[in-house]
Amino acid sequence: MSNLNELYQEVILDHNKNPRYFKKLENYNRKIEARNPLCGDQYTIYLLIEDGKIKNIGFEGVGCAISKASSSLMTSSVVNQSIEFSKNLFNKMHLIFTGKSNSINEDELGSLFALSGVSEFPARVKCASLSWHALNGVLSEIHETVTTE
Amino acid sequence: MHQFIQNSKSENQIFDVKKIRQDFPILNTKVHGKPLVYLDNAATSQKPKVVIDAIQKYYESQNSNVHRGVHFLSDSATNSYEEARDKIKNFINAKSSKEVIYVRGTTEAINLVAHTFVKPKLNEGDNVIVSLMEHHANIVPWQIVCDEKKAKIKIIPINEFGELKVEEVNNLIDEKTKFISLVHISNSLGTINPIKKVIELAHKNNIPILIDGAQSVCHSKIDVQDLGCDFFVFSGHKICAPTGIGILYGKEKLLEAMPPYQGGGDMILQVTFEKTIYNDLPYKFEAGTPNIAGAIGLGVAVEYLQNLGYENINTQESKLLNYATEKFSKLENVRIIGTSKNKASIVSFVMADIHAHDVGTILDQEGVAVRAGHHCTQPVMDYFKIAGTARASFSFYNTLEEVDILEDAVKKGIKIFLG
Repeated sequence: MSNLNELYQEVILDHNKNPRYFKKLENYNRKIEARNPLCGDQYTIYLLIEDGKIKNIGFEGVGCAISKASSSLMTSSVVNQSIEFSKNLFNKMHLIFTGKSNSINEDELGSLFALSGVSEFPARVKCASLSWHALNGVLSEIHETVTTE
Repeated sequence: MHQFIQNSKSENQIFDVKKIRQDFPILNTKVHGKPLVYLDNAATSQKPKVVIDAIQKYYESQNSNVHRGVHFLSDSATNSYEEARDKIKNFINAKSSKEVIYVRGTTEAINLVAHTFVKPKLNEGDNVIVSLMEHHANIVPWQIVCDEKKAKIKIIPINEFGELKVEEVNNLIDEKTKFISLVHISNSLGTINPIKKVIELAHKNNIPILIDGAQSVCHSKIDVQDLGCDFFVFSGHKICAPTGIGILYGKEKLLEAMPPYQGGGDMILQVTFEKTIYNDLPYKFEAGTPNIAGAIGLGVAVEYLQNLGYENINTQESKLLNYATEKFSKLENVRIIGTSKNKASIVSFVMADIHAHDVGTILDQEGVAVRAGHHCTQPVMDYFKIAGTARASFSFYNTLEEVDILEDAVKKGIKIFLG
């Protein structure tokens, strides 16, 4: 039961019930689908990226509590942040989800720390990282375009 | 509760579940420190020791290629492989062993029929009828051949209980209908379809019909001659046999007229670069070295089921289904999806607005294995306007106590999410 409480912490349950930035953006310049065809999780993420920054973000769709809360926490963490920051955060979270992170700093992570319980549930790592991978994909594309120019 | 335990005790004299559980080594597994409660039997059944032993024995003392060598081992492997076919022939009461084709499973069997029997008959504007409750394996092969031939798929609808609207079948059939492919028991709803009625309707209109028995062979005695269907397909792994082996039953005269599905060894009589003469049934459809150990395992598995007796299996499974249905009907925030009057021991359910995967994880922590998701039946989920369900599917080796553990785990999940 303690493991379950680690996974379904208050923060997760709250972000599942009341996801933040859970809306389609009227004004966006990037859109990406995050899908897990095996379990049916399906989100669309909208981004307004200007001057190397995520000026605004929104998402909509359906999925389990872990994927929805993780998407909500992600959007809250990267809004108004630079592409660099967001990509670094993806790398950090990816290590946390997969249990490969050596040092997890609770203070630094803030609410995102609630997602660290996922590493104990290998079957759910994909749920937690779904939107993160989608975001990283978009940001990497922009990055690549920028660097090749 | 007490009453049920008493019932199960009196039943034990005839069908001793505790003793039967000892046939399945995996049932002793501990999951997260708790006894495994395996309720994912519709995905795959567990394997009794006799089947595991038969596979081991094959690799330790018989391993060889079939139908080829003149040596001792090849002879022994061939004999066991063909004996298994005869056992399966008797098990489903086929007229002849020629009608029993080894395939990898239900999916391959449906694809085989779609490509070699149905596709050559399809013309632009023709149609194939399936039902709304088909597994994707009985949808996608038809989409592939129908797309290629510019033919259509027609769908037999279901009602709110998850029952087939049989009365619609007659309206769907027209002169362009070339084939019907129908699931016997729905894997996500548990509904037992009135297949005999549909087979009769099909034949009245001279339309051949395939029955997808993936979920039915574990629950009910199949007599293909009595059913009269043209094809009947099932997987071994859902009836106590290993994965990677299944059966395509087809009427001999139809199979005779069909071209081979794959070319290769074993399916030929003579090969020259000018012309190849195909082998006789059933080998015409068994290209390449087959899953010999799997076939032998399947033979042992059907014997095991026959020894248990379908009456006993049904008694135990009905008891489990009734007990679970009664419990779940009383649970607040739980809704059973699939409430057909005629149902196999499958209970699909949704819990408030909690996603099926969260339910699955919570149950897993209690040692309970269920399937969570759309169960490869997305049209069914769309019909009920849900993303997925958690599905508890019971086998004869499950106990009423395990239903209690399931119920407690479900209550725990509700508490976590709804407080």
